[in-house]
Parts: sequence; C-alpha cells; structure tokens
Amino acid sequence: MEFQSSQIKAVTVVVARGRIDHRQAQAFQDGMAPYIAACKEGGSPLLLDFSGVDYISSVGLRSLMLVARTVGAQMGKIAIAAVQPAVREVLQISRFHLVLKIHDTVDAGIAALGAEA
Amino acid sequence: MKVRFWGTRGSIPVSITAKDVRAKIAAALRAARDSASEEGTLGDDAGIERFIDGLGFALSGTYGGHSSCVEIETGNEDAGNEHLLCDMGSGVRAFGESMMKRYGPARQQTYHVFMSHVHWDHIMGFPYFMPVYIPGNRIVIHGCHAELEHAFKRQQAVPSFPVDFSLLGSNIEFDVIAPGETRSVAGVTVSTLKQRHSGDSYGWRFEGAGKSVVYSTDSEHRLENAEETKVFVDFFRNADLVIFDAMYSLADAISVKADWGHSSNILGVELCQMAGVRRLCMFHHEPAYDDGRIDNVLAETRRFEEITRSGSALEVLSAWDGLEIAV
Repeated sequence: MEFQSSQIKAVTVVVARGRIDHRQAQAFQDGMAPYIAACKEGGSPLLLDFSGVDYISSVGLRSLMLVARTVGAQMGKIAIAAVQPAVREVLQISRFHLVLKIHDTVDAGIAALGAEA
Repeated sequence: MKVRFWGTRGSIPVSITAKDVRAKIAAALRAARDSASEEGTLGDDAGIERFIDGLGFALSGTYGGHSSCVEIETGNEDAGNEHLLCDMGSGVRAFGESMMKRYGPARQQTYHVFMSHVHWDHIMGFPYFMPVYIPGNRIVIHGCHAELEHAFKRQQAVPSFPVDFSLLGSNIEFDVIAPGETRSVAGVTVSTLKQRHSGDSYGWRFEGAGKSVVYSTDSEHRLENAEETKVFVDFFRNADLVIFDAMYSLADAISVKADWGHSSNILGVELCQMAGVRRLCMFHHEPAYDDGRIDNVLAETRRFEEITRSGSALEVLSAWDGLEIAV
C-alpha cells in the first residue's frame, strides 16, 4: 500500500493507493496509524482519498472500521472521498456508508470537513 | 439430493402482518392497473399467473418466518424410510405435518436430526413435531453438544410445556458426536465443524452420490484470522450448495453486533469464492427484515459476487420457507 499526505486548508488529506485485500489490510492499518494518532478532538480532520483504491475485501473493510472507530473514540473527524465506483458499491452493500461519510470528490470532502473543523 | 427449507428465519419466528398483506395487495393492484392497457395481460388464468410472476418474489410471495429447519432429501432409494433434517426450529412443525400426511401414523419412519446447537430458536419446534408422539417412529438427534439431551428434555418439562419428554411415544435417541467424527446415514457421509457462536455451534457437511451440501448457520467468522479461514474454506471446498448464516450486514457484524455469533452476506460470498462453491444460499434472516429488504440484500449480494468474481460464477440464492433446491 502506498500513502501520500498533504494538508489542505484545515484538513489532512491522505491518498491511499492499491488493493486493501486480505494481504494488505494490515499494511493499510499500519500505514494509517500516524494519521489516526493525530486525528483527535480539536485536531485536523482526516480525509481519505480513495481514488487509487481499486479493491477492498471484508478484511480491508474491517481495517477501515477499526480506523473509523479509533478516530471516533478520540472525538476526531474522518471521511472518505473520490471512491472508485466498484469500491463504492462494496461500501454500500456492506453498509459502510452508514459508518463513514463518503464524499463524491476530494474538494467536497475538504469543504465538508473544513466546515466542521 | 434435494434440499427443502421449512424454516429460514433467525433468532425468533416472525409473521407478515395484515398491514404487510394489504400493502402487497395494493402494490399488485397498482401494477395490474398500470398493465391493463396491455392486451391480454390478465385475460385468462395463465395471464394472471404470468402477471403474478412478474411482480417479483417480495410482492407475490414471502420469505416466511419460521425459525431454522432444513430437510436434506438424499435421493438414495436404499434410504427407505430414513429422513435427514438440520435443526428443529418452528419450521419442523410443518415438516412433521407433511410427513404425517404422506405416511400417516401406521408407516413408521426414522428421522435423523443434525443440530447446529441447542439455542431456543433451533429446538422450539420439537414439541410440535407430530412424529415424536407416534409409537414406532424413531428420532435420532445428532449433535456435538454434551447437553444435547438435557436441552430437549428441559424444554419439554413443566412449566415450559404440558407434555413431559417421558410421555413422547416415539423412540428418541441422542447421538453426541465428537467434532471431527463422521457418520454414515442413509447413504450420506456426514461430517461436522465447530463454529464461533455463544456456547459453540457446529456446521454439517453432507456428501453422497457425488454431491455435497454444507449447512453452516449461527456462525461468526473472522477472515482476518487466516488459519481459521482455511479451516472453513476446506470444510466448504467445492460444495454444490452452502447454506450460510447471512443475518447481518458486514458493518453491523464487525461493530455493534460483533460477538453476537452471526455472519454477513459479504463473508458468505468471500468464503464460498475461496472454496470454489457452486451455490450459496443465504439463511437465518434477520427477523426485523421484511420481504422487500431481504430481496434487496439478495440483489446486492449477487452484485457483490459479480464485482468480486475472479473465476467461475457463484450462484447466490436467499432461502425462504418452502424453497426446494435440487443439488
């Protein structure tokens, strides 16, 4: 898994690239760890740019759930954006759209999270 | 082999209500009104049947509400009067009625019941299973729980039920099987696997005449545990049909309902794809779901299978009370 981050306005945008499958789920979780640690109440909201993620399995979804729950427990704010159509369908079918806010574009995500920050 | 579903609902039996029926009738009539301009649509009985078929199952039928009970018809002529069942939820009452109609009280039958576990929704139909009251019938209850016999006898005792277990007319035997042991029943080899559920549950695999059916309900899976996943993939391997506990959405199963002992449609598809299974039948439906919602889950699960397919297609079905699947 590859990660790239940038600070846009008040939002930390993390671009994830690759497949979050059974093999890569732990790498996703580990790669996200420093961003999660910083995403606390009053801190910078976290936007996951999923435009480079072309597959997510149940184990990957579990990792995503752990990320969301950890951030939630810290009173931080997190969302996903620019999800590829097939991955978005998987998020919908698994009901993850009820767990994490999904924005159509990175700009929309930044605007929404920035307004909440 | 043929698999016949007598009870498919999880946790507690449910029934559609008068309000549900009225909504179905209203929707059907609206559809009839909209199609009235099409010549011959409802002109004869065949047209009416075609119209009903076109309404879709959630409107023209119902998934039903009995708790777990599945019949495995071996198709083995040598099996004679031996019948195979999985679990004795409320659906076993209707199964018992059908057996009484077919054989009457005079023709003695043997019923082999394979218990996933002894939680209430899986044993509650037993006191209403008419063949247990008929002398000469033989009921063999197979299971892996040491307390198998106790659970059935306790349910039958006062103050829970008026007819004590000792008064049942049939010959009832309990066969406690050690996990990993197999049985040969009515020409079918039966093996079992321990599953994650409160108090443990067990999956059953039935193999005969080159066909295989897996009954795996009340089972929570952790696919992040590769070793555990491999055990289940091996158990499901190349099965013609896997009957799978798909009670919750994945998001619920790994968050608010984690450790509740049930699984999801997503995990059902993934495990079956890994195991090269031919057909997946979702089972143990959430009692809060109405017909429309179960139908939606089925459509979404078929789409998920399509999105994630890498080899042969996995056929995805959703069980309903009365469904028959030829294997």
